[in-house]
Amino acid sequence: MRHRNPIKRSKDFKEVALGLTEKQALKEANRCLQCKKPLCVEGCPVEINIPKFVAFVKEGDYLSGLKKIKESNNLPAICGRVCPQETQCEGHCILGKKKRPVSIGALERFLADYEITQDIAEPPKIMPTNGHKVAVIGSGPAGLTVAADLAKLGYDITVFEALHEPGGVLLYGIPEFRLPKKILRREIDYVRSLGVNIVVNWVVGRTQTVDELLKEGFEAIFIGVGAGAPRYLGIPGENLNNVYFASEFLTRVNLMKAYDFPRYDTPIKKARRVAVIGGGNVAMDSARTAQRLGAEKVYLIYRRSESEMPARREEAENAKEEGIEFYFLSDPREISGDERGWVKSIKCEKMKLGEPDTSGRRKPEPSGEEFSIEVDQVIVAVGQRSNPILVRSINGLNLWGDGYITSSRDGKTNLERIYAGGDITTGAATVISAMGAGKRSARAIDDFIMGRTAPQPQTPEPPQNQNKPQ
Amino acid sequence: MFKILQKQSLAPKVDMMVIDAPYIARHAKPGNFIILRLNEKGERIPLTIADSDSEKGTITILFLKVGKTTESLGMLKKGQRIRDIAGPLGHPTPVKMYGNCVLVGGGIGSATHYPIIKALKNAGNNTTMILGARTKELLIWEEKLKKHADDFLIATDDGSSGRKGFVTDVLRDVISQKPVNLVVAVGPIRMMRAVSELTKPHAIKTIVSLNSLMVEGTGMCGACRVTIAGKTMFTCADGPEFDGHDVDFQELENRLSFYKEEEAEAYRLFMSRGSRGQGFK
Ligand SMILES: Cc1cc2nc3c(=O)[nH]c(=O)nc-3n(C[C@H](O)[C@H](O)[C@H](O)COP(=O)(O)OP(=O)(O)OC[C@H]3O[C@@H](n4cnc5c(N)ncnc54)[C@H](O)[C@@H]3O)c2cc1C
Ligand SMILES: Cc1cc2nc3c(=O)[nH]c(=O)nc-3n(C[C@H](O)[C@H](O)[C@H](O)COP(=O)(O)OP(=O)(O)OC[C@H]3O[C@@H](n4cnc5c(N)ncnc54)[C@H](O)[C@@H]3O)c2cc1C
Ligand code: SF4
Ligand code: SF4
Ligand code: FES
Repeated sequence: MRHRNPIKRSKDFKEVALGLTEKQALKEANRCLQCKKPLCVEGCPVEINIPKFVAFVKEGDYLSGLKKIKESNNLPAICGRVCPQETQCEGHCILGKKKRPVSIGALERFLADYEITQDIAEPPKIMPTNGHKVAVIGSGPAGLTVAADLAKLGYDITVFEALHEPGGVLLYGIPEFRLPKKILRREIDYVRSLGVNIVVNWVVGRTQTVDELLKEGFEAIFIGVGAGAPRYLGIPGENLNNVYFASEFLTRVNLMKAYDFPRYDTPIKKARRVAVIGGGNVAMDSARTAQRLGAEKVYLIYRRSESEMPARREEAENAKEEGIEFYFLSDPREISGDERGWVKSIKCEKMKLGEPDTSGRRKPEPSGEEFSIEVDQVIVAVGQRSNPILVRSINGLNLWGDGYITSSRDGKTNLERIYAGGDITTGAATVISAMGAGKRSARAIDDFIMGRTAPQPQTPEPPQNQNKPQ
Repeated sequence: MFKILQKQSLAPKVDMMVIDAPYIARHAKPGNFIILRLNEKGERIPLTIADSDSEKGTITILFLKVGKTTESLGMLKKGQRIRDIAGPLGHPTPVKMYGNCVLVGGGIGSATHYPIIKALKNAGNNTTMILGARTKELLIWEEKLKKHADDFLIATDDGSSGRKGFVTDVLRDVISQKPVNLVVAVGPIRMMRAVSELTKPHAIKTIVSLNSLMVEGTGMCGACRVTIAGKTMFTCADGPEFDGHDVDFQELENRLSFYKEEEAEAYRLFMSRGSRGQGFK
């Protein structure tokens, strides 16, 4: 795929990846072997019929290709851009065993963008209203998927969102240079066009409780509130001025548009030398954002080695190209400040790789050797945890781990009428897995309301933790 | 959009607004706050719910105009609308029978005590209100607060009303005269810190309401973090009230000064252009 020039792009917030040209797309589609037993499909959490949609590309029938994708995925323009394809569809593609797999994500994006540029979206088929009301809490990918799928079946859907704009992490987390907001807005307009009512500034658990929603006549409730709260390092100096949690840093920039201060009112501190801690997508996004805000030098400090980094590979490569300097096998020990209480430097310990741990990755062990880097800003991106506001407000809801909701694969919780999916049930995962959970929950809710299943809650299966320690 | 039903100036730089927000009004409890955003380009700022009426569906806010957002808010008139309001946020004040309760308020903080003193009084407590301000004309909601106070004491820096001195001087006297079971302090950080230091040797339970910087206000970003008894807590989701004896006030004060330069810049630009309408787009 084409990318913008690294020196130019690292100074602005415009999209980095340019997508495939038609010629490239055709060439890529022709590489696909059209396998009888396509492994790629096994790698896709929503099981898109990949060979089929690729075949349509080959024939130049882009609209049919897109329709094929949309049978399983409402948001191809987003997934084509942000899925970790190297561990999902493309990671399973048979061609990848010998050489480069088919660029499935790029093809998916190509089709979605084709529709956008040609402005040829077909109006979706909506069934006549059935009069049943369902509430969705949270407007991230999980919530939006449930809302869209049920609305198409004729349900009367209201989505409640705590922030002043819908989109979840797609809005306030993933930056413009990876996922342009106009693409997100388009997808949200699409969901609204299905008749879904999105209510913002509505903190369920505070503005209104789940019990009250049930009393108001919502027959089922889907909880997709994500796992947005930050984890901390728990080292000295973490609350010094100019130590940000990535979630605050990215929220200021993406949601509040602080990069455009003072035209927008919310400020952000621009720093000269920045250390970002972590190795996931959140860390990459923070590092690249800091760079775009004008930092001279951005270091990324990660306690494992490069091959263990959970970030999307493309983004790690982009970050390197843009001049981010990586310190692998380095674990922060202390952040020091000046006499005013502002960050001055960060001290780390060199790690070495030991035996594999429960996640199958070799565990970093301390080596005793320490080093310090002079920085004036530190951004902590070492993972998310569940946000307690909603979860604590529901009596008797079964939880696991750090306050995540226990739910079965199709979203059932231990409470009748209450379903949950996405990051709040799995811990921080991916956009496509949140959407997959949304799809299954929508089906289960439909079955329940239409009386196709017993209304009693089933004992949920133990959770599948997809939380990658960073 | 949230309609402003009433607007009044209470003191120099202090305004009051009654806003139509039925759901928030229905759930508001003493100690809760809201987050508001005035317009598309605006910042999200926290303000305490100073009063609410669940029947009329209204909430009341009082604000001190200290920077761009509060100044802009003060320029809105009755009938105009505020784009975003989310709430009620934060844990409510734990209201129960304590015995003798002393409420210490400084500046704008004294008025936001109103729902707390009312609830403590209704729960059967004996209430003493100590109201502090620089000077007489900065005392706000005196009459309203008085209604729920068994004892009502005032301290002003210049002695223009009540006793000349600080609220802590008055508090010290009260503590020496009667057993005190609970102190609630709301106001500037220095005041809350001084109150906490004063009550600590007497082992009097002391609640303070912290005003850390916030962004979204729902526990997701960590901007509002404070250190409480050595542990990191989020003011919006775990507070805003904490045990005053556990708060790291130095750190809080430090963190509050973080955006001083940016705040000053925004304010300067706003005052040079904003008052002619530009700051409002
Ligand atoms: C910076 C960053 C980069 C990422 N990059 C990628 C990537 O490249 N690829 C990828 O696949 N995944 C990525 N992820 C992970 C992915 O974004 C998440 O797994 C996904 O968004 C989870 O979706 P969700 O619907 O469960 O929740 P979220 O997207 O978190 O949305 C939850 C929504 O619920 C709202 N909410 C919370 N509480 C309440 C309440 N009480 N009442 C009402 N509303 C409430 C929130 O405000 C939020 O809008 C990234 C995450 C981050 C933070
Ligand atoms: C839980 C809580 C309840 C509050 N209740 C009230 C209230 O009832 N009435 C009232 O007048 N004020 C209240 N505040 C403070 C109020 O939020 C700030 O005065 C306001 O955000 C200032 O915004 P500004 O743009 O006008 O000024 P700015 O230019 O942003 O700041 C001016 C000053 O206000 C402080 N400040 C800035 N942003 C914030 C913020 N997000 N949170 C806290 N302080 C900030 C700064 O330290 C600075 O000194 C409360 C704060 C909190 C956290
Ligand atoms: S949705 Fe994601 S995993 Fe599935 S085919 Fe598309 S890019 Fe691959
Ligand atoms: S596995 Fe690869 S080659 Fe086979 S159908 Fe899927 S994309 Fe094509
Ligand atoms: S304001 Fe974001 S966590 Fe409290």
